[in-house]
Formats: sequence, structure tokens, C-alpha cells
Amino acid sequence: MADTTETSGVRMQSGTSFELVDRLRRSSEFFVIPLLALVVSGLLFSAFLLTLGKSPLEFFSLVWRGGFGTSFSWQNTLVRAAPLVFTALCVAIPARLGLVIIGGEGALVLGGFAAASIAIPMVGWAPAFLMLLAMFLAATIAGGVWIGLVGALRHYRGVNETIASLLMFYIAVSILNFFVEGALRDPSDPNKPSTKPIGSENMIGAIPGTDVHWGLLVGILLCIALFLVMNRTTFGFAAQIAGGNLRAAQAHGLPVGKLMVVACMIAGACAGIAGFFEVAAIHGKANASLIAGYGFTGILVSFLARHNPLVIVPVAIFLGGIAASGGLVQRRMDLPDATVLVLQGLLFIIILVSETFYGRFQIFRPKGEAA
Amino acid sequence: MTDDPGLMTVLLAMFAGAIRVSTPFLFVSLGEMLTEKSGRINLGLEGTLVFGAMSGYAISYHTGSPWLGVLVAGICGSAFGALHGYLCKLPRVNDIAIGISLMLFGTGLAFFFGKAYIQPSAPRLPAISFGAWSDHPGIRQALEINPLFLLGLALAVFLWWALKNTRYGLIIRTTGDSAPAALALGVNVNKVRLLSTMAGGFFAGIGGSFLSLYYPGSWTEGLSSGQGLMAVALVIFARWNPLACFWAALLFGAAGALGPALQSIGISRGYHFFNAAPYILTLLIMIVSTSPRRSLKGAPGELSITK
Repeated sequence: MADTTETSGVRMQSGTSFELVDRLRRSSEFFVIPLLALVVSGLLFSAFLLTLGKSPLEFFSLVWRGGFGTSFSWQNTLVRAAPLVFTALCVAIPARLGLVIIGGEGALVLGGFAAASIAIPMVGWAPAFLMLLAMFLAATIAGGVWIGLVGALRHYRGVNETIASLLMFYIAVSILNFFVEGALRDPSDPNKPSTKPIGSENMIGAIPGTDVHWGLLVGILLCIALFLVMNRTTFGFAAQIAGGNLRAAQAHGLPVGKLMVVACMIAGACAGIAGFFEVAAIHGKANASLIAGYGFTGILVSFLARHNPLVIVPVAIFLGGIAASGGLVQRRMDLPDATVLVLQGLLFIIILVSETFYGRFQIFRPKGEAA
Repeated sequence: MTDDPGLMTVLLAMFAGAIRVSTPFLFVSLGEMLTEKSGRINLGLEGTLVFGAMSGYAISYHTGSPWLGVLVAGICGSAFGALHGYLCKLPRVNDIAIGISLMLFGTGLAFFFGKAYIQPSAPRLPAISFGAWSDHPGIRQALEINPLFLLGLALAVFLWWALKNTRYGLIIRTTGDSAPAALALGVNVNKVRLLSTMAGGFFAGIGGSFLSLYYPGSWTEGLSSGQGLMAVALVIFARWNPLACFWAALLFGAAGALGPALQSIGISRGYHFFNAAPYILTLLIMIVSTSPRRSLKGAPGELSITK
């Protein structure tokens, strides 16, 4: 096995057209199979709608119109995609090490809460730049420590990271509620328990010419940076080895525990940044609106992108668009808002099942190599 | 100390709460335990629980029979179990990830079909009074026990006996400990796991119907507070022993009842932290009871989370 990859690597450099075709064949597998999975999910969902007496054509055209049809819907989509990019990174980075973290929502909530609570004493005297910097750092640290703790528990105590991260989501929510309904509650807002606002003059504006805040751009840059870290650095390489075979990595003397904790801290920091932007660009304060399910949709985004940071951006936009069209679908077709959840769940299952088809089709293999 | 009325009220409320709140934990954890005994983990039981709650409530509303609702909730649960069991036998399909996706799917379906049942009120399950001997209203109220709790207790005892003493118990345990050994015995590993996951889903569905048909006793989208997932931790804490699952469920129920019980005597400070008590307890239990160096005592050998 190792021999063939080595020789093909050498041959690829010589760059003859045959090798290019082989390469295309191999890589097209990673494009065709997810695409087929999308089509199959679409068909299954159509069947689901048909049994309820609803028109799938109308549904998909409404999704298109509500998510991608007009510049307004595009902006709505992109605003929803921004936090998904960050929360998907929270799943994708530990996934390289074979860790399944599903509690990104908790890091998002705590990140947003930390950002708001550091900003409130600064309202009035600090310049917006300084305040935003402090908020960003607070959110990153809070999120990073939160998920980093999950990684540490996994390595040093053998606690399953999936369950631990989810339990810590519930704990994060209770921390938020404790302060927001108690010590940090804004007494002037009787309706919804919230912290005091950070002040509209301190909030992050939109990218000029749009209603989309800067979070999306930061998310895209972060995706590129983390792609490079995971694919072009020794840290990323070591993480990949540990994810492939933990015992082999340990036997080679890789600091597996450190890798796990660092990867989880990066992951948590990403989710914390999502919370920062939700507070600094959308809500202007911390309250229960932070618990909007972005962390959980992010899991789906990361799995759809096969944990590749570069693919996360288009997938996040795709799912953001589906979520953005939810309101329109609800009004026009008289379907409950959970319709989007059903579609997401179905998509998730089909994508996971499609894993089983990799390497099974001869068409993706160069001639003479068995599938 | 004991004649302090506040403490007495708290203890009584916790006792009553433990019995009420523990029933869904008991059913879901027994289901999860059975699935894990066969060598797979089903994280999707949270979705199964929510769907069971919705379907049980809907059936009870339409037919007027809550018990039929419980049955249908169980059947829906085993359908989800069948889906999990079938998909996980495909090569390179990860049982943890499928569980997460089924959690999302089950919750989505439950919210989708459940929209129509948020308003109407369905007949609820009856309770049996064991407190007639006492003239203390608190004790009387605490001893209003739902038959499902007793059924769960019986189920725990039965599973404990059956896993130890029957042929089927041996087959399930062998499959969970070593698939090659089970194969050598001529056991169809995938079939055993499929059936165990289906039975586990059945129990989880019943646990869900308890939520909507007895306590809290109506269908809302925020009905489950993660009981389906906490059950996974609970099973680890109970070391895959059905009888220990029963005691662990009672403990979790008591932890869950702590917040409301303290609030009832006027201690509302830190209310949210008391509400988080079950999660903190679960996390602490997992930290204390697991170890990175050796596999857990009593853990099925094929189980992915303990490897």
C-alpha cells in the first residue's frame, strides 16, 4: 500500500496527463458521493412531503427563494452561516483526532456571556476598539477553556468526550441563566432576562453595502488558517496520526494528551468567537437568545464537510440558506418550523450512511487498481 | 435537625421527586444498558424519548387511552432502534455519529408532528395511592406512585435475572464482549444487536411517554432535558448492571428534584445551579468512575466509548 502511494507521488510530479486523470478520478469520489447523498436526501424528503399531501416542488422553490433567491435572502442566509462556520470548526478540529465533540453550543453560550460581562463595566469610558478586543479575548478564552476541559477530561480521566461536552452544554446554560436572571440582570428590561446592553455605538457594523456583519469574513479567514494548520504543520500532521491510530501515535512518542487538549481548546475558542459575534454584532447583550441551536447545526455542517475546514464555508452557507427559508416555508405551505429539523436530520443520516460507499466503486479507481 | 419542618419538606419533596423524575431515567437507562450489552451504543435515545413522548400523547388524545399511548410510544421507539441497528451494521458507519443524527431526526419529527398537540390536553396515566395509611398530606402525595415506576422496577429485576441466567442473556453478553467469539458460537452478531437496539428503543419510547402522560404531564417542545443522553452516563455509572441502573435512576431523580424542592421552601438563590445538579452529578460520576488506563469493570468489550 505504502509503495503505490509513494510511486504515484513521484509520478505526479512528472505531471503526465495520465496521472492527472487518475488524480481526478480519485478526488471526484469525494465530490460525487456527497452530491449523491444530497440528491437521495432530497428525494426521501420529497417522498415525506408527498405522503403529507404537500408539494416538494413548491418546498424546494421556496427554499431557493427564501435562502438564495434575492439579495435580501442572501444576506439573511449569510448572517446565519457565520456562526455555523465557527461552530462547525468546533467539531471539525477535534474530529481530526477522532474526538466527537457535540457541545459547541455550550462554548458559544459561555463565549457570548463572557464577552458581554467583560464589556458591561467598560461601557461609557472605553473606546469601542478596546472593548471589542477585550470581548473577543474573553469569548475566545471562555470557549477555549470550556472545550479544552473536555479534551483534558478525555485524556487524563478517560471520560467520553461526546457525553462530557453535552453535559457541559447544560451546565453552561445554567451558568448563563444564573447570572442573567440574577447578579447581571438589566433591571430596565422587564420582559426578557438579559445583561445590560453593550451600547449600539460599540457594536460591530456590517460589511459595507450589506447587512452581513464581519463575522462571516473572520470565519472564512479562520477556516483557511485552520486548514493550513491541520494540513501543513507538524501539529496538524501529529493530530492526524493520533486520529488515525492512537496507539501508534503514542508508540512514536507523540504527545497525544497535549494534542487533544490543544485541539479542543482551538475548537472551543472557535465556538466562543461565534458567541462573541452573536453578542457584539447581533444581540448587543447576552441572554437566552444565544441558545439558538447553532452549535448543534454546526455538528451537521462539519460532518457534511467531512471535517475539512475549507469545505465548511460552502456547507455552512447551504445550511444557513435552508434555515433562513424556514419562515417562508412555514407561512406559505403551512408546515411547522420543525420541517427544517426533519430535513437536517434526514440529511445527516444519509451523509453518514454514504461513508460506507467510499472505495466501493471501480469508477473512482485508476485502471489496474482494485476498488 | 429532624424536627426542622423545612428540612423535612425538602427531604419529602426529594423523595417524591426521586420517584417521579426517575421513571424516564430508569426506562431509558435500561434500554441503553441492553443495547450496550450487545456491543453498540445508541446516543439517539434522546430523539427516541422525545418522539415517544409526542406519539404517546397524540395517541392518548385521539383514543382516550393513555396505556395505548404508552404502547405506541414503545413501538415507535423500537422503529428508531431498528433504524439505528440496521444502519450501524454497514461498514464504516459509526454508531456514535448515527446516534447523534437520529437524535436530531427523532427530535425534528417529534416537533414536526407534535405541533398540533401542544394545545389539547390528553388523558393522563393514573397513579396508585400507597399513602392511605398516613394522614400527612405530604407523605400521601409522595406515595402517589405511577404503575410505570413499578413496571420499570420489575423490568430491572427481570433484565438482571435474564441477562445472568438465560440463554438469550448469554448470547447478548457474548455478542457484546467479543463479536468473534459470538460468531464462533454460530450467533448472528448483527441480528442480536439489531434486536437489542430495538428492545432498547422500546423502553426509551415508554420512558418518553411517561414524560408527556404523567410527569410533567403534557407535550411541549422543551419536555426532555437531556434524559436520553444522561442515561448513557447513568449506564456507565451503573456499570451495566440493571439493578444498579434502578438505584442510579433514583439518585438522578433526587438530584433533579433538588432545585424545585428547595424552591418550595423559599430558597430560590442558586436555583439554576440546583437545576444543573443532575448534569454536574453525571459529570462528576464519570470523572470519578472512569479511568484512562484500564477498561471499566463490567464494560462490554466491544463497546466503542470505553475502548
